Amino acid sequence: MPALHATSRRSPARRLAAAARWLTTPLLPEDYLGLVNPLWSTAELRGRIERVRHEAPGAATLEIRPGPDWAGHLPGQWLKIGVDIDGVRHWRTFSLSSPPRPDGRLAITVKTNPEGVVSRHLVENARPGTIVRLEPADGDFVLPQDPAARGLLFLTAGSGITPVMAMLRHLAAQGEMPDTVLIHSARTPDEVIFGAELRELAARFENLTLIERHTAGQGRLKLAELAGLCPDWAGRDAWACGPAGLLDEAEAHWAAADAAGRLRTERFRPVLAGAGGEGGRVRFTQSDVEVDADGATPLLEAGEDAGALLPSGCRMGICYSCVGRLRAGQVRDLRTGEVHGEEGHLVQTCVSAAAGPVEIEL
Amino acid sequence: MTNTAAHLTPADYEAIGAELDALRDEITADLGERDADYIHKIIKLQRGLEITGRALLMASALPPAWLAGTATLSVAKILENMEIGHNVMHGQWDWMRDPKIHSTTWEWDNVSPAEQWKHSHNFVHHTFTNIVGKDNDVGYGILRVTPEQPWHPANIGQPVYNLLLAMFFEYGVALHDLELEKIRAGTNDPAETKAKLRAIGRKIARQWGKDYLAFPLLSGPQFGTTLAANFTANIVRNLWSNAIIFCGHFPGDVEVFELEEEQMPNETRGEWYVRQLLGSANISGNKLFHLMSGNLSHQIEHHLFPDMPSNRLSEIAPRVRALCEKYDLPYHTGPFSKQITSTWKKIFRYALPGPKVTEPSPMPRAREAKPVAA
Repeated sequence: MPALHATSRRSPARRLAAAARWLTTPLLPEDYLGLVNPLWSTAELRGRIERVRHEAPGAATLEIRPGPDWAGHLPGQWLKIGVDIDGVRHWRTFSLSSPPRPDGRLAITVKTNPEGVVSRHLVENARPGTIVRLEPADGDFVLPQDPAARGLLFLTAGSGITPVMAMLRHLAAQGEMPDTVLIHSARTPDEVIFGAELRELAARFENLTLIERHTAGQGRLKLAELAGLCPDWAGRDAWACGPAGLLDEAEAHWAAADAAGRLRTERFRPVLAGAGGEGGRVRFTQSDVEVDADGATPLLEAGEDAGALLPSGCRMGICYSCVGRLRAGQVRDLRTGEVHGEEGHLVQTCVSAAAGPVEIEL
Repeated sequence: MTNTAAHLTPADYEAIGAELDALRDEITADLGERDADYIHKIIKLQRGLEITGRALLMASALPPAWLAGTATLSVAKILENMEIGHNVMHGQWDWMRDPKIHSTTWEWDNVSPAEQWKHSHNFVHHTFTNIVGKDNDVGYGILRVTPEQPWHPANIGQPVYNLLLAMFFEYGVALHDLELEKIRAGTNDPAETKAKLRAIGRKIARQWGKDYLAFPLLSGPQFGTTLAANFTANIVRNLWSNAIIFCGHFPGDVEVFELEEEQMPNETRGEWYVRQLLGSANISGNKLFHLMSGNLSHQIEHHLFPDMPSNRLSEIAPRVRALCEKYDLPYHTGPFSKQITSTWKKIFRYALPGPKVTEPSPMPRAREAKPVAA
């Protein structure tokens, strides 16, 4: 991603921090300063939830003040946010719904989904004052250099409107709306996230055409209808964001019109590489070893049998010498039978077996 | 020494294993916000105390400030090493998935590098607990604390060595992973030993830089009194942690074991649990005492479940004790005064040769119970 502003490593503040480390070793100065303001952290980027706004049934916008190291974002990008729920850190990806703002705050808009522990927690329990962890904004679902060049088309459904909202707000804030068509699907008018604001924008900017599709009454949008709604669709710069089904159809539709290069898609939930199962292909990324392991063999043993030199200790789950960072997939705890794991989790390889394909940084 | 577990049948071992596994699963499933709040609160308290102590010592030339500052800093260092450092590095808080409070990233306020300590403690000591010749915590490589260890004339001075070890315990712990016995026997890997020594040297430089240079300099003309205060706080922390740790495995009837050929890899879960039970001792006391001991006063529970968050050990202690009663196993516990006296008595007694060991204590092993009248 583009570096929006770089912080000099030789700035006086950083030199002071380096000197202060002599006083705080083995900890960092920020570990103590954090007692005063938890946002003063360079080791991990943090933010404070400052406002929670209800948007639509099951959807809420969280306004977050990021710490001073936040490098900014481009409208349409997403970020990873780490939230502690019942004592445990969970990381999820959300699109930013705000354009860069003068007050430095950023906003994400979250819609609950039935199995979503994190989204439900954020919508129902997030309170101002809560500290969250952030990762820098990323993603290339963004506006081109010259948005007005070919006209814009946004095809969205449900919470897929969030990154597009950031772009529309950005364009509106600049005061110049290029020729833009937004086709958005939601079950009912009430369930349109940002409904009131979208309608207000469409009324304010003649150039912005808002087409709402209320699927409870009108049925799901078929791409065959697209030409009727927006005749020059294939010539526009297009963005699609929503459920996987819609995106698959859109990609096929644009490809068939030989316009695949004009379409950008944003998938909220990437295809999960291993949602359970017994055993699977295990890849030790640092050792560059791959092996098929069954559901009863610890990853450690499977790797060693395949010739990987892995850290190990007690081999019974007590000493934590063998932990490795999970890059993909899930594992089964052989002591409890519990299947767990998300990207970035540290797992004990001596008591964990593959539950489906696994990639681990060892 | 007699084997106090000789009456257990294979079925008993299996049942003990299953019961303790179930207890572990029950607590693991129940971990949540209450526990996370606990460790966050302790870390905050510790950092607040440390700042207070260091601030008071900015006036270390005044005796009351020196006393209060040294005492506060000592308490902060004890909390940091024991309730926080030791337990975090055991992985007790890894379930929170917070990289700031994680066994793989934690470094403690102590001259022993975390990486080396985790090996000698989490792996060697917790896996081979109280097996003579395997667990270097049995006598720390310099003391004879059980008749099973052969006597050497150098042992005569061990009450003095132990006092010195206690005062400078962090250095003893730092040298621990070098495995002095291997070095003495010449079976160590010189390159590895050198690398470890370098890491210890770097850690000592940082620790001394902070306690004996940076903070004394910061207090200006009070350099000497601040340095003395920091030195004292380190000694207090060393004496206290040494006392608590020695009470965990040395007092009274705590057992040590002889490794039977090829037995280790075959040890069952139940057998492992029983060895941990027989080889550890608790210290009774109030809540504050448990906190200041890093909950190592629940040494038995800690050895059964090394990665169980320390705030849960007092909760499960009555259940572990009940299990010991049910299976007629000893549950070693006593007040601090009793346990520390017993530990020192052993150090004095075993400075001298003997007594004769009639029969080495075998590792707890599931066998059919022997008939009473043989």
